[in-house]
Amino acid sequence: MNTWTEKEPILSIKDVHKSFGELEVLKGVTFDVMKGEVICIIGPSGSGKSTLIRCVNALNDIQSGSIKVEGVEVNDPKLDKLALRRKVGMVFQQYNLFPHKTAIQNIMMAPIQVLNQDPKEVEERAHSLIKKVRLEGKENSFPGELSGGQQQRIAIARSLAMEPNIMLFDEITAALDPETVKEVLVTIKDLAQDGMTCCLVTHEMGFAKEIADHIYFTDRGIIVEHGPPKTFFTEAKDPRTKEFLSQIL
Amino acid sequence: MTGFEQFFVELADTHPKWNFVYFYQEVERSRIITGIYYTIGLSILTIFFSVIVGLVGAWMQGSKNKFTRMIVQGFIQFFRNTPPFVQLLFFYFALGQFTPTHSPDGWLEVPIISNFGWAVISLSLFAGSYNVEIFRSGIEAVPVSTREAAESLGYNRFQSFTKIILPLCFRICLPSLNNNLINLVKTTTQAFGIAVPELLYQCISVYNDYSTSMNAVMLLMFIVFFLIVGLIAWSSHALEKNLKIPGYGV
Repeated sequence: MNTWTEKEPILSIKDVHKSFGELEVLKGVTFDVMKGEVICIIGPSGSGKSTLIRCVNALNDIQSGSIKVEGVEVNDPKLDKLALRRKVGMVFQQYNLFPHKTAIQNIMMAPIQVLNQDPKEVEERAHSLIKKVRLEGKENSFPGELSGGQQQRIAIARSLAMEPNIMLFDEITAALDPETVKEVLVTIKDLAQDGMTCCLVTHEMGFAKEIADHIYFTDRGIIVEHGPPKTFFTEAKDPRTKEFLSQIL
Repeated sequence: MTGFEQFFVELADTHPKWNFVYFYQEVERSRIITGIYYTIGLSILTIFFSVIVGLVGAWMQGSKNKFTRMIVQGFIQFFRNTPPFVQLLFFYFALGQFTPTHSPDGWLEVPIISNFGWAVISLSLFAGSYNVEIFRSGIEAVPVSTREAAESLGYNRFQSFTKIILPLCFRICLPSLNNNLINLVKTTTQAFGIAVPELLYQCISVYNDYSTSMNAVMLLMFIVFFLIVGLIAWSSHALEKNLKIPGYGV
């Protein structure tokens, strides 16, 4: 019985530990995300940011601790992965579109094949999603014919087609040039304004500052410091955060 | 006798080494037709089943269960490391002894799997073992990240295998699959060893009836196989072109 209500955190991470063999990448991470909140996770490479959000989607398993999505424990061998992935959408750094399908097919595939939804209804939704990510006219292009930024926006639309409640973004602008980064970020901003709960792993500090409700700085598997963007960038206390920020800003 | 037949009768008279007996002798003609029929049938069935074996094997090879993977590995090693002709003989003569028999006419007891059946089974497994490895190479060429994207959209292992990995894998491994299937078609001649009445078997029967027909049956063998393999190569090439994805490397 799930008694989760919207007043509780939609995503609740408690003391999560994760190792790849000998290497411990997450050493006890804890934080909560409320519905409609946008959080950004920043930090140096190899600090466990990506691993952390991959764990939320059960792409990686965790050794100990608890991850709850809408009150449902993810760290559970009996987890209904399909139910989890309906609720949690994920977008990757390398877009990972299915190259043998056109843009609109990419968006429509999962709702039809996984959720067995009515193809006509899904197609309508796909068209409105393409409009939302501002790619009208590209419906029948193959991923190979689209630019990086366009592919990434299709990937976002593909995730949204599953009508998730939380969106995870794993360094989605890392492979793009500055100009294309903008068009992708605009899409995310729209999403955030629509009230979607978003967790972003990002290196775009300016964007994080603008969009995030809360920023988490991770280093070597722990959250070193966190806070709302207003204070986070100006009043960082921890020396590691300061050093990291001074290199970037 | 038609003019066509008359021509070959005269040719055999004037050039005794070129006796195209199957063009003017009803019995020999029907032998060759049966032979072509069996060769094509054997080819189609073994191609079909070997691809199925390859797909199932490649699917099982991706299993989390170590035991399943070991079975597939053992299967591949056995069929790849031994000659297909010896496998044919083994299936027909060794395993054939243990298969149950039935009696369709009430007199003769015949095994439920005929020599043709054994040829299909043995050659499909032989070529299938290669196909497993061919499909595996194709599957491994599909980036892990593509699989993760499917997984994150809620696809289970079977769905992502059939809907996403296979269509991509197939495009990658089509050329090497094509090679193996062409080899398989040529290997069907070894079914001669267990008296499957395919083309080689029939050609040798014709030669046994008319020793002057040796050149003519050899020529026929070359031409028929050249055409069958040519047809496969051509259709595979057409398929490759047809499956080409705009803007995608493979």
